Amino acid sequence: MVTNLASRLVSRWDLEETAVKAKAFSYFRAATIDQALDAHARAGDDARFIAGGQSLVPALSLRLQAPRLLIDITHIGELRGVGREGGYLRIGALTRHCEMLSEPLIAEFAPLLHAAAPFVAHPAIRNRGTFGGSVALADPASEFPAMTLALDAEIEIAGPSGCRRVKADDFFIDLFETALQPGELITAVYVPLFKADQRFAFDELARRRGDYALVGCGMLGTFTGEHIDDIRISFFSVGNTPTRVRGAERALIGARLDAERIAAAQGALEGDLAPPESDEVPPAMRLHLARVLLGRLLGRLGEGA
Amino acid sequence: MSAPLTSLDRPNSYIGRSVPRPNAKRLLAGRGRYVSDLRLPRMLHAAFLRSPHAHAKILSINTDEARALEGVHLVATGADLAKICTPWTGTLDHFKGMTSAPQLPLPLDRVVWAGQAVVAVVAENRAIAEDALELIEVDYEDLPIVVDIDGAREAGSPPVNPGSASNVCFRSQLDNGTVDDAFAHAAHVVEEEFSFGRHTAVTLEPRAIVADYDPAAGMLTVHHGTQTPYQFQDLYSRHYGIPEARVRVIATDIGGSFGMKLHVYHEDMAVVGLSILLGRPVKYVADRIESFVSDIHARDHRVRARMALDAKGEILAMDVLDLTAIGAFSTYPRTSVVEGNQVIRLIGAPYRFRNYRATLEVIFQNKVQTSQYRAVGHPIACAVTERLVDMAASKLGLDPFAIRAQNVIADDAYPQTSPTGYRFEALSHQACLNRLHELMNYEGLRAEQVDLRKRGVYRGIGIATFVEITNPSPAFYGVGGARISSQDGAIVSLTPSGEVRCLISVTEQGQGTEAIISQIVADQLGLAQEHVKVITGDTEVTPHGGATWACRGAGIGGETALQATRALKRNILEIAALILQEQPSALDIIDGDVVDAGTRNQRMPIAEIARIAYFRSDTLPPGTQAQLTVSHHFAPQGYPFAFTNGIQGCSLEVDVDTGLIKLLKHFIVEDCGRVINPMLVDEQLRGGIVQGLGAALFEECRYSETGQLMNGSLADYLVPMPMEMPDIVIAHVETPTADTELGAKGVGEAGTAAASACVLNAVNDALAPLGATINSIPITPAKVLKALKRF
Repeated sequence: MVTNLASRLVSRWDLEETAVKAKAFSYFRAATIDQALDAHARAGDDARFIAGGQSLVPALSLRLQAPRLLIDITHIGELRGVGREGGYLRIGALTRHCEMLSEPLIAEFAPLLHAAAPFVAHPAIRNRGTFGGSVALADPASEFPAMTLALDAEIEIAGPSGCRRVKADDFFIDLFETALQPGELITAVYVPLFKADQRFAFDELARRRGDYALVGCGMLGTFTGEHIDDIRISFFSVGNTPTRVRGAERALIGARLDAERIAAAQGALEGDLAPPESDEVPPAMRLHLARVLLGRLLGRLGEGA
Repeated sequence: MSAPLTSLDRPNSYIGRSVPRPNAKRLLAGRGRYVSDLRLPRMLHAAFLRSPHAHAKILSINTDEARALEGVHLVATGADLAKICTPWTGTLDHFKGMTSAPQLPLPLDRVVWAGQAVVAVVAENRAIAEDALELIEVDYEDLPIVVDIDGAREAGSPPVNPGSASNVCFRSQLDNGTVDDAFAHAAHVVEEEFSFGRHTAVTLEPRAIVADYDPAAGMLTVHHGTQTPYQFQDLYSRHYGIPEARVRVIATDIGGSFGMKLHVYHEDMAVVGLSILLGRPVKYVADRIESFVSDIHARDHRVRARMALDAKGEILAMDVLDLTAIGAFSTYPRTSVVEGNQVIRLIGAPYRFRNYRATLEVIFQNKVQTSQYRAVGHPIACAVTERLVDMAASKLGLDPFAIRAQNVIADDAYPQTSPTGYRFEALSHQACLNRLHELMNYEGLRAEQVDLRKRGVYRGIGIATFVEITNPSPAFYGVGGARISSQDGAIVSLTPSGEVRCLISVTEQGQGTEAIISQIVADQLGLAQEHVKVITGDTEVTPHGGATWACRGAGIGGETALQATRALKRNILEIAALILQEQPSALDIIDGDVVDAGTRNQRMPIAEIARIAYFRSDTLPPGTQAQLTVSHHFAPQGYPFAFTNGIQGCSLEVDVDTGLIKLLKHFIVEDCGRVINPMLVDEQLRGGIVQGLGAALFEECRYSETGQLMNGSLADYLVPMPMEMPDIVIAHVETPTADTELGAKGVGEAGTAAASACVLNAVNDALAPLGATINSIPITPAKVLKALKRF
């Protein structure tokens, strides 16, 4: 038996592995980043960091994952907090999805994330799930990882060999595969501050509110009047990773946002996206939905969004 | 149309009053007693290794390592349990010619669906049991599988049951011999092929069971989340050879059931055997994935149907072929053919035409069983009939209300017999149609639809009439040899403090059975509802009866309580008359006091009668023996079923670019006879409608070509949720049945029966100007966009 949920979490799963109770594991609550990294190394990397647990706990219960050690990072103060740092908004990895909705700094300086937040699952999940955890898991159907691409965000990573920052463009590699190496931890995400000449739009098509979207998209454009100086458009639920649609962006950059340009951008999607086979949403349908959604969002951007 | 005025109609009657459910507060406070939460001393936990193959031979099973794991008490295979449990077969005698292979708790040598339990482990806790499952090795040899309906019917298709000539479980035909002639002379014919996906119950609390065999007493106690404790008492007794009186089944609070929890499941039977083998309590609670692959599924039909009409739009005839696939076995003890049987018998039921032919073919395949689930067969029959009626209306240029008004059986024409042989006592299609037209502001909705279309907004309006089967007599299961009661029993006692305790065989699954029984008892005896305690769901305590399924709790259970209470009241008044030196007929009981029947002057509290009868019987005249406990049984007589009817309407909007559908508003006018508690009736209707809307737009068990369930999680299987559900507007017409004093009929299926048909008609109404049609449920965005040729 294969479920979409399971396939999001591991590549192979069948009934022989089905269970409802996690395998026994050890638990360690880290007080600092160093403690967490150290614990991971000492477990021979047979360990997982746990924060909100909204994806990891089901995976453990289903025995899709069975690490020897869980390292609880939710008590590490360094991973908390939202604040301005230079031209960036620093969003601590432990910032919960519900805080993405309620935090005024996010509404002001990263309004695209604020707009995406209500679409992330349901309130109970938003109360526990963390921004850093979502980016680290890199579920291709999740809203936040894709938005880091649209925002040209940088991901701050702590690891045994020190701290580094990776551009979102270089972070997402393949299905659930990112630039994170074993034993590394996301500490924060840096988002360039939203500017007065920028416009954003976000929406997704889902059969039920809170579901994984059939197709979702967020965009951030820099305008001079109705003229697009720059735009970054990122889709989710379209392939193995969150996906920037560079062909569509090229069709728009340097042009006036009008019906003809919107159609050109929609036309470019065929080259940008290669949706996977799916019994429920065939590739041609997903591409069609992506075009519809792109058209609607660009229309909103044209209205000032 | 109305029953004569009785005590039921008096101004302060509890009948017809929205009073809260006495158990609601307890459940909301987290004080429910669910089997899932139950812990018994020395209790062990079972887990099951399941087949990853849809069809395979079991070559060998190696359990050595699992048995050696610390904390494991027992590892049992099919062979181990077959030594103590006799096999069962899911057939009934009145379904002539039906077949199904014998079943055991666990298979001996062959698995027939992916997810079937193969080996059981019992351990100190569930986690250890699941650790042990990983240590079991089973060698399988793949066998050819049949998954879809066509594949299963093809000549030379591999048999699900080796040795069978075909994969047909059951065939049935209804034919009054005049259909070909009627079609030959018809002015108009509409025809369509419909498909209805599989879906499942998704109860909040999964299946849960704790079996507790005491070898010293030879006594089996089973705490079981089921609707039907008496049925299981009988089955456990017979299949494990334990005298019935030494089997006790306790069904207390239950987190949803919807028909799913009245069938025999292999794991549940196994758990009883495991407890017998160990002499200790054994618990099993299905997890969500196990629920998806082992709970019964429902529907899965493909129906080809046509309808003939004359030039004026009078329906002349229907001709129907229903193909339905039920998995590898027919379920036990109620079978998996009742659904198809009800489909072909309910098609066309609201209408007057006489020429009818229907063929039903029930087919085996390598999937989990389908069986009775809320509104058995009704949504299929309703969708097929009502869609064809709409297609005919559109062909003839008639309004959907007009063609129905022209063809429904007139309200004053009853009793009537349907072309399929159902006998209708009294239905109210015309009254319901008229009421719905006004309730939904039909003309207003149509005008709005026209305006919005000019702006590219595609709204659809759909209506669907339905007939519902309730209050089943022994004609339902008893005649087929099933030991499933159609009668119910109640024991009603006046306590020494003057309160009333009612032990009754109908059960409570959250719909408020206990509430309405307490209303009926309070009403009939003449005391406050809070002084009535209703007890259900324990075979050692409550009398034997059918329990709650197929819409029988109010109609049959309610009548049982009514008659029992009237008998108790007579006994109380006899004692009161002796004490007061009056004639019993001169006395009555109001608000817990014996009163003069004429003047209503208070004479004495019934608590005083109880005190005297229980503690000072020496003060009563010699020879008096007060009978303050009454037992009474009631079986429906007269009509074999109490049919109900109604009509639903809905308004929705189709996003023609995305295929997404927004439900705007839903309406129902329903006639369930006498309404006992309007609030509970309305909530039953709402819940039922939401389940029907789930089927219409969201719910489907999707399988791969290799018979693997593709969406066995709540992230992937879409149940209806509040954000997508519309407001539901409810109105009632009341046509009580004259077969009982109470006059109540069932209401549990009504919402589900027509909701999906209504949505199907509305979606087609919305798409009509674009030349697209859809005749498949669930209506997914992919189907809408395909119909619109958008990709």
